[in-house]
Formats: sequence, C-alpha cells, structure tokens
Amino acid sequence: MSAAAPAVQISDLWKYYGDYPALKSIGLSIHAGSCLSLLGRNGAGKTTLLRILAGLLRPQRGDLRIFGHDPRDGATRARIGILGHGIGVYEELSALENLKLFANLYGLPNAAESAKDWLKRTYLDNVSDSLVREFSRGMRQRLAVARAFIHGPDLLLLDEPFTSLDDRAIALLQSLLQGALNRGATIVMSTHQLREAMELSTDVALLNRGKLVFQGPRPVEMLQDPTWLYRTYGEG
Amino acid sequence: MNFVSQTLTVAGKDIRSEIRTKESLNAAISFAIVILVIFSFAVDPSAEQIKEMSGGLLWIVFAFAGALILNRSFARELGNDCLDALICSPVPSAALFTGKAAANFVLLMVVEAVSLPIFGVLYNMQWMRDPATLAAVCMLATWGITIIGTVFSALTVNLRLRELMLPVLIYPMMIPALMAAMRLTTVLISEGTIPADDIIWLRLLVGFDIIFTALSVMLIDTVLIG
Amino acid sequence: MRQNVLIGLALLAGLWLARNLYVIFLGLPDEAAQGAIYRIMFFHVPSWFTCFTAFFVAGISSMLYLGKKSTMYDTLAVSAVEVGVVFTIIGLVTGSIWGRIIWGIWWTWDPRLTWALITCIVYSGYLMLRRAIDDPTARAKNSAVLCIFAFASVVITYKAIDWWRTQHPGPVLSIRTGGGNMDPAMEAMLFSNWGALLLLCIVLVAVRMKQEDTSREVESLRRYAHAA
Repeated sequence: MSAAAPAVQISDLWKYYGDYPALKSIGLSIHAGSCLSLLGRNGAGKTTLLRILAGLLRPQRGDLRIFGHDPRDGATRARIGILGHGIGVYEELSALENLKLFANLYGLPNAAESAKDWLKRTYLDNVSDSLVREFSRGMRQRLAVARAFIHGPDLLLLDEPFTSLDDRAIALLQSLLQGALNRGATIVMSTHQLREAMELSTDVALLNRGKLVFQGPRPVEMLQDPTWLYRTYGEG
Repeated sequence: MNFVSQTLTVAGKDIRSEIRTKESLNAAISFAIVILVIFSFAVDPSAEQIKEMSGGLLWIVFAFAGALILNRSFARELGNDCLDALICSPVPSAALFTGKAAANFVLLMVVEAVSLPIFGVLYNMQWMRDPATLAAVCMLATWGITIIGTVFSALTVNLRLRELMLPVLIYPMMIPALMAAMRLTTVLISEGTIPADDIIWLRLLVGFDIIFTALSVMLIDTVLIG
Repeated sequence: MRQNVLIGLALLAGLWLARNLYVIFLGLPDEAAQGAIYRIMFFHVPSWFTCFTAFFVAGISSMLYLGKKSTMYDTLAVSAVEVGVVFTIIGLVTGSIWGRIIWGIWWTWDPRLTWALITCIVYSGYLMLRRAIDDPTARAKNSAVLCIFAFASVVITYKAIDWWRTQHPGPVLSIRTGGGNMDPAMEAMLFSNWGALLLLCIVLVAVRMKQEDTSREVESLRRYAHAA
C-alpha cells in the first residue's frame, strides 16, 4: 500500500436526486490503515456516500480518488470489498460455488483454494456443497462476510454491517475487521450500532442531511458514551 | 482474467443457476408449446398457407418465450443485492453484459431447439431442409433479440412494473430483426434455400446485430451505474 | 422576458398558420387528380418532417445528457419526444383521413404508415418508461439510453419496412408514387406550412420544458419536505 496516497480522497462531492442534493460538498480524506465510522440518522446520506465510494453510483460533481485512482478502474475495484444490506450471494448456488465465482471474478490465482480456505474461516466448511437457499440466517451472513473478504481487500466498505447479525457473526466480523486493520487495510462503515463500532473505529464522521458536520479522530468521550457526538453536533 | 474468461464466468454462473431452478426455461418452453397449440385454432393446420407463415409463427413464439427468459436475466440479480456485488467486482460492465447476454442466448436457443421439432410434428412441416443455414439464421436473429432484451432487462430491472414494461419496450425495437428472421425462416422452410433477393435480409440481420451490440456495450456502464 | 418571447413566437406561429390556412383553402385551386382533399397534405407531410426533426433533436440531446449530465438536456429530450409523438399522431390521423378519401380505406400497411405507427409505439414506450421511474436522475439516465436505442431502431426500421413492403406490394402503393411533380405554388405552401408547424413545435417544446423544470422542482421540494 502506498503511503503517499490516502485510501480515500474526496473533495467537493455533490450527489443530486433530480434537483435535491443528497450529498452536499463532501470533503473527506481517509488515510490508509484507519477505520472510519460513518454516522448520521437515516436519510443523512451514509448509504449514498458508501455506494459512491464502491463505484455503484456516480456523483454529479466533485472529485473522488481511491488509493489515488478512479473508483471505476478495474484495478481499484479489485482492492475494494463491500458488504451491504443484501448478502450478495446466489441462493441457487452452493456456498463453495458462490465463493469460487467471486474468487474468479476477482481474478484470484487459486480460486478453489481461497474459496475452501474462507469457508473454513467462516465455519462453513461442513456445508460447503449445500445450496445457500437451505442456509440459516447466520450462515448466510457468514458467507456474505467470506464473499467480501475473499480477495483480501485493502479498503472495506460496510453498510450497517452489524445490523441483524447474530452474536457469532458479530464476533467473527469484528475479529476479521481487526485482522484487516492489523494488516493495514482501511475500513469505512456506516453504522447505528455504536458500541460494536467504537471498539474498532479510529475515526468518525457525522453526516447531517447530506452535509459532513464532523470529521476527525474518534473523540475519547464516545467510548464511554457513544451518543456523545450526536448530542454535541446536533441530530439526536 | 481477460474479457473472454470474465464473460464465460458470468455466463456460466447464469446458466448454472438456471439449470438448478429451471424457472425461466420451464416457463418459456411450456409457453412456446402453448402458443404453437393455440395457433392451430387460428388457421387450418393442414393448409399450404402454414408454410407461408411458418417464419412468422415461429418468431412470434420465440420472441414471446424469449421475454420470459429476458425478464429473469437481471431480475435474478436483485435478490440479496447480487447485482451490487457483481458491479463492485473488477469485472467491467461490458463483460458482465456480454456474459449475461451469452447466457440468455444459450437459453433462448434451447427453447428454439425444443420448439422447432414440435412445430414440425404439430404442423406436419419439413423444417430440416437446410439445417445449417436455418441454425445460422436462428443464431443471428436470437443474438439480436438477446442483445436488445438484455440491455433493456438491465434498464428496467429496478422498475415497479418490470415484467410489463420489458415486452412493451423491446418488441417494437426488435421489429427489424424479427422481420428479417421471419422472412428468412419462411423461405428456408418453404423453399429450402435463401433466394438471391432475400440475401438483403441476412445483411440486415448482421447489421442489426453489429449496431446494437456496439451500442449496448458502449452504454451498459451508464445503465448499470447510477 | 422568456415568457414574452414565447408568447410572441406562439402568436407568430398562430398567425402564420392562419395565413396558410387562408391560402390553402381560398388561394390554391383544387388538385386535378385528387380534388379538395389534397389540402390535408399541407399538414400531413410537414408534420411528418416535424416529428422526425423532434426525434432527432431528442436523440442528440439524450447523447448530450449522458455526456454532460445536465438536466437541461433531459428536459429537452422529453419535451421533444412528447411533442414529436403528438406530430406523429397528427401525421397518422391526417394520413388516415386522406387514405379514406383517396384509397377508400382508413389504413394500409404501406411502408410510411407502418413506420410511423412503429415509431409512435417506440416513443410511447419512452414516455411510459419515464413514468415508471421515480428517481429523477435514474429516470433521466435510463430514458436517455432508451432514446438513443429508439432512434437507432427507428432508422433501421425505416429502411427494413421499405424492403418488406416492396417485396409484398400493396394494391394501392403506386398511387403514392404516381403523383408526379408538384405545382410550384403548392410546393411553396408545403414548405411554408412546415415552417409554421416547426415554429409551433418549438413553442410547444419550450412550454413543455418549462413545465418539466417546474415539476422537477416540485419533486425536489417534496424531498426537502420529507427530509425535514
């Protein structure tokens, strides 16, 4: 990972829905190796911002660089992992087929090996040939995590990752995220589960109606009282 | 991974899940057979005229059955937000598109391969007079239908009335390809060969495929990314 | 200011049309072969030109929208298509009336008629697609893509139908080509009325654009209200 370019560099970014600005002049710099929690109430623009970072949406105005490159470059996208609201795996394929598919799409040299390895790491190796539609909720979530991590992404974009996860999946995800941080990866996540998120976060950003109202290292106060930021900067 | 293998990976994924569920293939084949049967009430099946309208009948069947397959193409990606996961992967949108189009093409060709003999039996028709040319015509026209259908499947995937909008949008666009396919299939079944003054339809078909494949590949990135 | 220009142009178009109507009905003699009904051609042919112009403009502005992402081009595209569809329908109806008198039938699968009908259906699909998408940005983008496909398809269809119908000639086809050269006064009137209809088309597009801008503004105000 180049130390020179920040993981994410955004300047004066605007996203409109028609004439309505969903994001207003966002400027944000996330340095490599940090974990940013994106806070704000529903409709503040968190998901829109994450989708723009993931290259799923195009902003109307502004500049966005990921590791110094355009987010729609194939090489850039190979370094990004996403975990959104949906699990992003196919119901009618088996767990192994799903992971092999994504390993292939990401151009991993040993697709089958990595797929098996990640099934083991997410405790799904005993059901690797079962179709996803037969899986329980917790198993699906773990498979989704494996899908997002399989290519060893340098930038992880997580949209409400802890919502509706069971305890086992939360523990797994937290340890994987910690592991990713340890190897120097960058994490951007939107979340309402402040307690789970604050343990990992090095930085926080608060969005209020499409505007970035706070960005900086996580205030110490938030470890004790996660809602401190909301109270201090409005938007309860 | 290069463009071709990316395309094949996406196509293989689509065909594999279709073989597992058979949801659109079953529906499309039964639908095709039902239209073939119902059509026998519209005309006297033993008449010589049926030869004259064989191409028309067949391509109406294929186009209608095709819409069922094309409707599922991108809708299949909606559950679990799989489309997002695909778009985020390093695979370019164009490879994603050609992969899905290739899968639709294969599925529609299967429907045609099943429908043609049934048509031959039900209407007592010698359709195998020049199988190689007929197959070539079917492939060219099916690619035209598939390319338009796949791009519009992507365009309408987030719509409330997706299943209704897709046929309304694609059929008028496909008319040139359908006209050419109908004409060529009719002469191939009734005369067993393409006469010189009908070669122009073959050229139209090739031109249609090239123009719309190029347009689709150029515009698909815009379609898929909001 | 813009409003006044629009009203001025609309008045000009109206006067021009009124003057043309006067000349068409009272100034020009009946045509030798067709009698009085030939006058409908002064509206039929120009409206056909006008609709093609409108769809061409819509195609270009859709491409510009995809390139520049400025809502202005989307507004222009939808307005041009809507007005274009109206002129296509005028062309179809006037042609149908003319056909009833001259050919004795309301409709025949003549290449131009078939083409006009398919074009009308294709562009109605465009208008339907717009109604089905709620997010204005996605609507603009998707309908711009559709508009480009529509234009390509309509151009190809134009050629294809010509071949198709030539191979299966209708019983009445020769009447259309056998008209011979036009009287210069009539031809001048044809172009004059095209000018008038084109001006009318421009006014209608401008009015529709204004309305589209307003409705987009209302839409965004609704989102603001929702967010507050």
